[in-house]
Amino acid sequence: MSKKVSVWADGRFWQRSAAWVTGVAAMLLIWLTFDTMGQIQMGTKAELDQGITKRVPSPTVINHKITYEMNDKRGHETPVIGEKEKFFGRDDYSEEEAMALLNLGKLASQTKNCMNCHTLLGNGAYYAPDLTKAWLDPNWESYMLRMGKETKEEAIAEFLQHPSDNPSNERMMPNLGVTAEEAKGLVAFLKHMSSIDTNGFPRNFGKIEGGIHGR
Amino acid sequence: MVDNMQSQSKQLGKMYFTVAAILFGAQILFGLIAGTQFVFSGFLFEILDFNVARMVHINALVVWLLYAMIGSVYYLLPDETKVETVGIGLGKLGFYVLTLAVTIVVLVYILVQVGPANEMSIWLIHEGREYIEAPRWADIGIVVVVLIFLANVYLTAMKGERTGIITVLMADLLALAGLYLAGMFYTNNISIDQYWWWWVIHLWVEATWEVFVAAVIGWALIKVIGANRQIVEMWLWIEVAMLFGSGILGIGHHYFWIGTPEYWWEIGALFSALEPVPLVAMFVHVMYDWGKEQGLQKGAGGKAQMNNTPAFLWFVASAFGNFIGAGIWGFFHTLPQMNIYTHGTQFTSAHGHLAFFGAFAMAMIAMFYMGVQGNKKELKMTKLTKYGFTFITVGVVGMTVALTIAGYGQVMIERAQFGATWEAYFIGQSSIWFKQAMGWRLAMGLVTFVGFLCLVIDLLTIKNAKINQES
Repeated sequence: MSKKVSVWADGRFWQRSAAWVTGVAAMLLIWLTFDTMGQIQMGTKAELDQGITKRVPSPTVINHKITYEMNDKRGHETPVIGEKEKFFGRDDYSEEEAMALLNLGKLASQTKNCMNCHTLLGNGAYYAPDLTKAWLDPNWESYMLRMGKETKEEAIAEFLQHPSDNPSNERMMPNLGVTAEEAKGLVAFLKHMSSIDTNGFPRNFGKIEGGIHGR
Repeated sequence: MVDNMQSQSKQLGKMYFTVAAILFGAQILFGLIAGTQFVFSGFLFEILDFNVARMVHINALVVWLLYAMIGSVYYLLPDETKVETVGIGLGKLGFYVLTLAVTIVVLVYILVQVGPANEMSIWLIHEGREYIEAPRWADIGIVVVVLIFLANVYLTAMKGERTGIITVLMADLLALAGLYLAGMFYTNNISIDQYWWWWVIHLWVEATWEVFVAAVIGWALIKVIGANRQIVEMWLWIEVAMLFGSGILGIGHHYFWIGTPEYWWEIGALFSALEPVPLVAMFVHVMYDWGKEQGLQKGAGGKAQMNNTPAFLWFVASAFGNFIGAGIWGFFHTLPQMNIYTHGTQFTSAHGHLAFFGAFAMAMIAMFYMGVQGNKKELKMTKLTKYGFTFITVGVVGMTVALTIAGYGQVMIERAQFGATWEAYFIGQSSIWFKQAMGWRLAMGLVTFVGFLCLVIDLLTIKNAKINQES
């Protein structure tokens, strides 16, 4: 005679539940991944030139001015890609040239181990400032003056090559052997990263005077 | 029936535990270096910078936990399957290959540090991607070693008895190994890079590792307090359902700000809010079993079974620590409304310290004691067991509280008041809230290290301690 057991105390019931729950959650994640992948693929130069906004725009975004502004419809700040702007003296980088620069910068960010001091898109270590919108940081203006550079990109490149000679704080960035070419790539990488739509992160960036819409 | 004393699998398990304990020490030492650099910024500047110290600190953590996990499986396999592990020779070879690889990788991290911006650096030095920095050659080596390990487990389970615990481990280890592949490629799109990166980090830590720990604690309850297998395994399935049910889609809480669509806000908020639930279940399960078994055995006029108090101490503490560190400290900042201010601050660090410690480190330390017990009928706590436990726990909880206060200061000053710029960052870092907290964090790190020394001495001597020779 078999003993009558409540379904809640039945191991097999829970085993099947576990399998179903796991399966459904995994399928949902895979489905959402397909959707997300489509949305975070890099855009193209043609799309950028036609003003079609992409969450991750084409690397040719380095030919443009980027700002980070309150979007009233979405209720948070979004990157705005504006008119042409010179980047190391040019504003006509082709898709291939821009991609090569971006790729060099991304490689440099990994091989120089940036993420174990800084955060990128908020992920990484917390020993140094977040780099998500670093390209837009107002502090570069004082660095241009200090290092006698005409443009922001040159100031950043100079800083990346000789960080410990140009400290902003007693906690300094070490010299990581960044070459001139790598520095250029890193600046392109930073400029491109600042154009990624991060759903408003970091909140209230650069609005030191306070107030969400204030400046 | 396999002879436990002679079991090669248990010997191999103990070899894994030994290396795990050494790497645990390395983790704490490099954590101390990194913690010192927060307080004295010139410390080892341009000799062993924060990025290197921190990379070794977190990699040692991941690798020691993996060693301890693999060791735990080799250790419990003969008990569960009732046969000797199949292909143990190959398993031992895998152990030596892995240990050699880990040694080389760490030496390269410390001595070479950074390379030129090309693919060769990623193949030979490191990948520069938090937690999974291992260079590509080592990635491939790890996959091979893990495949050997999986083969051992699967062939043994097929040959011997297959219990519920083994079934859960088989499914879980397959997922754990498979997910590693999601972190093994290069892309120039940082958003896509981070998307897949979380498939390794989140789905390991908040899904497969949690299930792993649930299975190991289930096994230990049967071993240590003589818990009823049927009840343990029923609970285990409930926990698997809840852990995977919340953990898999809980990955959404990492997809708020990396360029991914806004719908992840709702998904991440909902499922990560559910993530603490199974941790409560695990806690209830441990306490319920303990109380019930004690009651049953006392009712029968006997003495309640308890044959390894040091391990049981760490297991029970782990059920607590998992809930508090992963559950409460995680829930603190998991909602997007909160997370937009706390993301990437010392809050995350506070949560990380207590969650890794409570959920995984404590359970794996308990497994060290199971390994030390071996065939001995009973293992009792010594003074050193208690000192080790107290110092390590007070140290880690102290670091967590300090980092939480630092994070609070950082959020208020850098994020809310000054708008997260470079200058805002350093205003936050130089505030009194932050500076004092970092001092306390370092002090508490030292307390943890003292506890680690007590733990190691205890593990080496407990079997011969007077208290364990009396009974």
